[in-house]
Amino acid sequence: MIKTITMPQLGESVTEGTISQWLIKKGDVVELYQPLLEVMTDKVNAEVPSSFSGQVETLLVEEGETVAVGTEICTIVVEGEAPTGRDDNNNDATVASETQTEEVDSNASPRLSPVVMRLAQEHQVPLDKVKGTGSGRRITKKDIQAYLSQTEHPVKVESVPTESEPDIAKSKWTKKEKPKPSFTADHEIPVTGIRKAIAENMVRSTTEIPHAWMMIEVDVTNLVNYRNAEKEAFKASEGYNLSYFAFFLNAVAKALKKFPQLNSSWQGDKIVQHKDINLSIAVGNDTELYVPVIKNVDEKSIKGIAKEVHVLAHKARHGQLSKADMEDGTFTMNNTGTFGSVQSMGVINYPQAAILQVESIVKRPVIINDMFAARDMVNLCLSLDHRILDGVICGKFMSHVKEILENISGDTTPIY
Amino acid sequence: MAVISYIEAINRAMREEMERDERVFILGEDVGKRGGVFKATEGLHEQFGDERVMDTPLAESAIAGVGIGAAMYGMIPVAEIQFADFILPAVNQIVSEAAKLRYRSNNDWTCPITIRAPYGGGVHGALYHSQSIEAIFASQPGLKIVMPSTPSDALGLLKAAIRDPDPVLFFEHKRAYRLLKEEVADDQDVIEIGKANRVLEGEDITVITYGLCVEFAKQAAEELKETGVSTELIDLRCVYPLDKETIIEASKKTGKVLLITEDNKEGSIISEVAAIVGEECLFDLDAPITRLAAPNVPAMPYAPPLEKAFMVDQEKIKSAMLKLAQF
Repeated sequence: MIKTITMPQLGESVTEGTISQWLIKKGDVVELYQPLLEVMTDKVNAEVPSSFSGQVETLLVEEGETVAVGTEICTIVVEGEAPTGRDDNNNDATVASETQTEEVDSNASPRLSPVVMRLAQEHQVPLDKVKGTGSGRRITKKDIQAYLSQTEHPVKVESVPTESEPDIAKSKWTKKEKPKPSFTADHEIPVTGIRKAIAENMVRSTTEIPHAWMMIEVDVTNLVNYRNAEKEAFKASEGYNLSYFAFFLNAVAKALKKFPQLNSSWQGDKIVQHKDINLSIAVGNDTELYVPVIKNVDEKSIKGIAKEVHVLAHKARHGQLSKADMEDGTFTMNNTGTFGSVQSMGVINYPQAAILQVESIVKRPVIINDMFAARDMVNLCLSLDHRILDGVICGKFMSHVKEILENISGDTTPIY
Repeated sequence: MAVISYIEAINRAMREEMERDERVFILGEDVGKRGGVFKATEGLHEQFGDERVMDTPLAESAIAGVGIGAAMYGMIPVAEIQFADFILPAVNQIVSEAAKLRYRSNNDWTCPITIRAPYGGGVHGALYHSQSIEAIFASQPGLKIVMPSTPSDALGLLKAAIRDPDPVLFFEHKRAYRLLKEEVADDQDVIEIGKANRVLEGEDITVITYGLCVEFAKQAAEELKETGVSTELIDLRCVYPLDKETIIEASKKTGKVLLITEDNKEGSIISEVAAIVGEECLFDLDAPITRLAAPNVPAMPYAPPLEKAFMVDQEKIKSAMLKLAQF
C-alpha cells in the first residue's frame, strides 16, 4: 500500500521548510530511517529520514521549493503490509491516507454526544446521513445543525423549556410528528410560549381524561328580567357591567357546595375533593386563552363576583395576569354564549373534574301549561371526567343549577 | 478618559471611595508611608493622614479582626493582606466572624469589610508569593470573592466591594498590576458584584475563566479566530457566589466548555463550575467538560522551567481551545 511522507516540523516555531536536495529518486528502494532529503529552514538544515521501508513512488515537491509543515512531499509503496486500518505508530511525518481512515470509520461504532442525541431525536435525523467533522469523524452539534438547515426542516434549535415556563410536564403522550414540508407561500408561526402551553394542556386533557357530555336547558326569564331591571343602576354606581355570567358563577358555586363531588381533581391514585370553591373562568383574545381563577366564589356576593370577572378580564386583555391569578382553580366555567354559541363540548381544565359551558340566552317559544309562551332559554353544557364522575351525580348537579337559576329574584339572590 | 494600569485603577478606586465617604479607611502592612509593597496605596497616606491609612503589625489575624470590629462599629475598612499567601492566619476571623455575622445576629449586624490581597504566579515569586487561595474561601456562604481581570473591572468592582454591606474578598493578580493597561472612563461605573461578564461572543467553544487567565484566553481566542474557531469567553468576575445563569446559558450555547484557572485543579473554583454545567446542561453538551489548571503539586516551583510548566499560559490555553474545537 501507499504511504505518504510529509514536511516535518523542525523546531518549535518553524512553520515551513525548503527542500534543498532529494537524496533518492523515483523508483529507489529505501530502508526505514534512510535519509530521503535535506530540508533547510530558517533555524536548521536537516536530513529527513524515511518512516517506512519500500519503493519510492513519486516525489511531490521539487528541489528549491518551500512548503508548509505537513505538506505531502513524497509517496512510498510499502509491501507486505495489509491495509488493516490500524493506526501507524510512526512519527508526525506520516499522514494516513484518506481511504484508510474511511475504513476505520465504517467499522467503528459512532460516539454520540448528549446534545447530538437530543437534536437527532427531536428532529428525527437519520444519523447515517449526517457527515461528521469532529475528531474521528464524530458528528458534532454543528454537523447536525448544518444538516437540519440543508434539509429544510423547520429548525427549532433551542427549545428547552425553562423553569419559568408554565408547569407542564413534557407529556409522554404527545407524539412527535415528522415536520411536514412547507409550501413557500404559507405563513409559518413558531409554536412558543402561551400557544405551546395551551397546546400541551389540551393534548393532555383530551388524551388522558375520558370525557363525557351532557346538556340541560334552563328557563332564565326571571334572571333576565331581574338583571335588566338592575343593570343601569348598577353600572352607574359601580362603573362596570352587571353580567349574566356573575349570576351563573353564583349558582354553580352554590350547587358545588351541595355536590362537592364535582369540585374535585384526579390525582393518579386518589380523587381529591376540594374544600374551597375556586372557579376558573376562560378568558381569551384573538390568539391566547387564559383561565384565571375567582377564589371562594361561594362566599362572594353577585357584585363581588361581577367585579372580579371585570378585573380578571381586563388583566387578561392587557397581559397583566400573574401566576397567582391562575392558580388553585377547582372547577371551570366558560362563557361560550358571548360569541353566540348555543351548544359546545368543553375540554376539561386538567386535572379538574368538570367544565361548564354557559351558552347564549335565546328567546324561544316554550309550552307552559299547554300554552305557548316566549321565554328566555339557555343551554348549559357540562363536560365531565368519567373516571371521577358518573351521569347520576352530574344529572343531580345540573338539575340543582337549573333550579337555582329558574328561581332567581331579588329575594333569593340579592346583588349586594 | 486615560490609559491606566490595573494597580492604578485599584489606587484610584480607594482614593475616590475615601473622598466620597469619610468612614472608609485603609489598614495593612506598609500601606501608609511606604504606599504598600506594590504601591497600591501610594499617595493615600499623604492625602488622608494617619487615621485613615494605618500601618499595622505583621499580624494578619489582627488586620482582619480589627477591620471586622471597626466595620461592626459603622466604619468601612479596606484591609490589605500583603500577599494572598499570608491570609491563612486570618482565616478564622474571616470565616468564623465576618462571614457569619449577619446570619448569627439575625440581620442586626453587618460587616462591610473589604479585604484586598494580591494573588497569583508567573512572577518568579515561588512558594509564598505566588499562590491562588480563592478556593479556600469559596465554600463559605456569607463571603463574596471578587477577582477582576481588567483595569476597568478592578476600578468598578473594588468600588462595589467597598460599598457592599457584607464582607468581600478582593483578589488582585499581582502580575496584572503593571501588565494590564487600558483606557478607563473618568466616570467608570460601579460594577455589580455577582454577575459574570461576556468578554467575547462565539459559536464554537465556550471558555469560562477569571482573573489574569481572562487576558490570556482573550488573546488565544483572537489567534484562533483566524483559523475559523469562534469563542464565547466568559469572565466570572465574582468566583463566589457564582453567576449560575450566565454559566448555564454560555455552556448550552456551544456545548463545548473549557474551564480555566491558575489554581491547582482539584477542588478549584472551576470544579464547582464544572459541577453546575454537568448538573444543568447534560443534554446540550457536545464534548466532555474540560478543565485546564495547574497540576496538583503543593505550591509554585521556583525553578523557571518548572514555574512555566506549572503556570497556565496563552499557549496552553490556545491548544486546549483548539483541541476542544476539533473534538
